[in-house]
Amino acid sequence: MKSAVIVFPGSNRERDMVMALRAAFGVAPLEVWHTETDLPDTDLIVIPGGFSYGDYLRAGCMAAHSPVIGAVRDAAKRGVAVMGVCNGFQVLCEMGLLPGALMRNAGLKFICKDVHLCVENADSLFLGGYQAGDVMRVPVAHHDGNYFADADTLDRREGDGLVAVRYSDAAGNVTEAANPNGSQRNIAGIYNAARNVLGMMPHPEDAIEDLIGGTGGKALFDGVAAALAGAA
Amino acid sequence: MKAKIHVTLKPGVLDPQGKAVGHALQALGFGGLGEVRQGKYIEIDFAGSDAGAAKSQVDAMCRQLLANTVIENYEIEIEA
Repeated sequence: MKSAVIVFPGSNRERDMVMALRAAFGVAPLEVWHTETDLPDTDLIVIPGGFSYGDYLRAGCMAAHSPVIGAVRDAAKRGVAVMGVCNGFQVLCEMGLLPGALMRNAGLKFICKDVHLCVENADSLFLGGYQAGDVMRVPVAHHDGNYFADADTLDRREGDGLVAVRYSDAAGNVTEAANPNGSQRNIAGIYNAARNVLGMMPHPEDAIEDLIGGTGGKALFDGVAAALAGAA
Repeated sequence: MKAKIHVTLKPGVLDPQGKAVGHALQALGFGGLGEVRQGKYIEIDFAGSDAGAAKSQVDAMCRQLLANTVIENYEIEIEA
């Protein structure tokens, strides 16, 4: 099982992602610098968190136009699994692989805390380790996580089952109080139409060890490993 | 030639930064304020003198990079 983590100047969660992937896959992912224009054959490409290019112009905007992105886009079109976490979600939206945009948090503050996510649609190779309605506890760490898309786009996403996870309380209730950043309809993560691309603001890779805050995100990586092993 | 570009949030898109600026202005005693919206201003210098060509080039720049048309509008002014 081969995976790759794309690294930009300003990425800062790539090592956490490498650890999580190594733990689940039994083999470390390839780290690919943003200046590469080719990607080796991989089963999974991950765009990690951080502040690529210093968030210049808009979060994720510069990275979405960097040399490596053409190869990422081609792989996504071929059906290769692509996951973007935090800044990676912002990059996927700026690339146009996912609809919508991540705006400044409604409260204007950088938010770093654990949140609960209610799994809305587990029917993908990313969330096979969960079932719809499951609640996972994972951290968020972002300043621009306020998901926005127009009402028509949101209605279509929901109708097509393309909302992956929403911010909820510990019991899985999707409430305004559980929405940390003002995201439309509490959306924390979405799929593309083929569900081979997932973008999410929270960090499952930072919730894989009981020693450091819990294992709420571990089933995501174990689920991806199982799904890819099954597909191979 | 110089292109002057204003990038602003679309009407209806919540602008929490503009709101915070508005509150701060009110706290300073400025009254009679309506909504405050915050945007970006970008200047690009151009060689040549074909304003029409420059404008269509800047329009493409805005669509591809300078603005995110999901949430932002842009206005272009070309100065000779």
